[in-house]
Amino acid sequence: MAEYSAFSLLANALKGNKDWKPAWRKPDPKASYDVIIIGGGGHGLATAYYLAKEHGITNVAVLEKGWLGSGNVGRNTTAVRSNYLLPANTRFYEHSMKLWENLSHDLNYNVMFSQRGCLNLAHTPAQFDDYARRGNAMRHLGVDAELMTPAEIKRLIPALDVSDAARFPVLGGLMQRRAGTARHDAVAWGYARGADRRGVDIVENCEVTGFLRDGDRITGVTTSRGDIRAKKVAVAVAGSTGRVMQLAGVETMPIESHVLQAFVTESLKPFIDTVVTFGMGHFYMSQSDKGGLVYGGDIDGYNSYAQRGNLPVVDEVMSEMLALFPGLARVRMLRSWGGVCDMSMDGSPIITTGPLPGMYLNCGWCYGGFKATPASGWCFAWTIAKDQPHEFNAPFTLDRFHRGLVIDDKGQGANPRLH
Amino acid sequence: MLITCPYCGPRDVIEFTYQGDANRERPNPASQNLDAWNAYVYDRLNPAGDHNEFWQHSGGCRSHLKVVRNTLTHEISSVAFARGDHASTSRRKAEGKS
Repeated sequence: MAEYSAFSLLANALKGNKDWKPAWRKPDPKASYDVIIIGGGGHGLATAYYLAKEHGITNVAVLEKGWLGSGNVGRNTTAVRSNYLLPANTRFYEHSMKLWENLSHDLNYNVMFSQRGCLNLAHTPAQFDDYARRGNAMRHLGVDAELMTPAEIKRLIPALDVSDAARFPVLGGLMQRRAGTARHDAVAWGYARGADRRGVDIVENCEVTGFLRDGDRITGVTTSRGDIRAKKVAVAVAGSTGRVMQLAGVETMPIESHVLQAFVTESLKPFIDTVVTFGMGHFYMSQSDKGGLVYGGDIDGYNSYAQRGNLPVVDEVMSEMLALFPGLARVRMLRSWGGVCDMSMDGSPIITTGPLPGMYLNCGWCYGGFKATPASGWCFAWTIAKDQPHEFNAPFTLDRFHRGLVIDDKGQGANPRLH
Repeated sequence: MLITCPYCGPRDVIEFTYQGDANRERPNPASQNLDAWNAYVYDRLNPAGDHNEFWQHSGGCRSHLKVVRNTLTHEISSVAFARGDHASTSRRKAEGKS
């Protein structure tokens, strides 16, 4: 699959870059497949890639309603980290981090993974103690974490005021050095190309309109491009989970869809070379390789499929940005966008067999789905291929709510709007 | 987004606090039906379209309201008091005024 190399770049450059092959084909859907994956986002494409690579299952179709990169994989803030508290989350996200660390090599596609670190700022002694506890929990499971003093933070982020005179004085922070960012579009394109080269059909502009059934069993889908049968149907549609599951007759799910907005400023000279999160509110920021500051905050907080938000949250995010970096007050915001998040009731994802026979479900990513992309696809492919979860995703079942086994990292229970 | 409070009239959404899905039915507190409690706590309809939801006019008259809002367009088609015996909608009040 190694088409991209120093030699091929040079050879194509000399020929005017006219001989590159398309990164993926545009096949018409076949009448049937071994596996259909609904949703051509990062998770769906990664699932297809790992089904082909790890399990040799290549008679697979990925059905995408729009075009690749039009959904959440192109609407996030590109941060990647594995700084969780609870063991189930830490193991899963650390598996993801390890896949990220080798992803460009594995895909032969530069996903621009940049381990620039992720720093959570503490502004109260209790918060600092909480971060120390989380850091210890991470290190127990082999994940890197270090506490930083205000002086160390000042050296890392010179623009940050760490004096007692700051609006919210910084008492310290928890740093994960291996965390960072990746180019979100490249992740989608790299997985798409990798899956395509192994025989997976990626079918764009193909909206699933219903499910084919044999009794209770799901045997395929009806789409805007005709009926397609499959032995196994996997659903990985993030914010649209509620809608798609209703097509299958599953009326209620432990999920609410909410919109999350994000923002980018005009390009600046190098300002910050890490991902920083603000502990007195919900704000996070990094600088893209193009120079724009990429940042976001809380979800809007009420059910929405709108892919656009409302002004109060814009106002809130900007105030938090200025509380942290007053010097950014005159920087212009270039763009804002909204993605639809499927907020689960405990803030953790669902990767599971079922809930109907012949169906597999991957959802509930809240607003942390991007960093999970590799492990989500890897675990979901394992679950689809073997009809049982890998130990990494075994705790992330759909029935954990009813069994009282929630994975509630934030401790905000059954209130999706608070996660 | 504006929400028309039956007492106060149209106000900006920042005056309101979202209180969640209004489709759920709380079981009788004495009920030991675990499925009903689980459904109440965790299961949601999550429709793409009109959605029944509770809001409180926390920055105004503090009334608890039942709102029907479209989750695709943010359009609000009805606002009523959450308690059934005060079920005068804002639309009716607006009509009465004119």
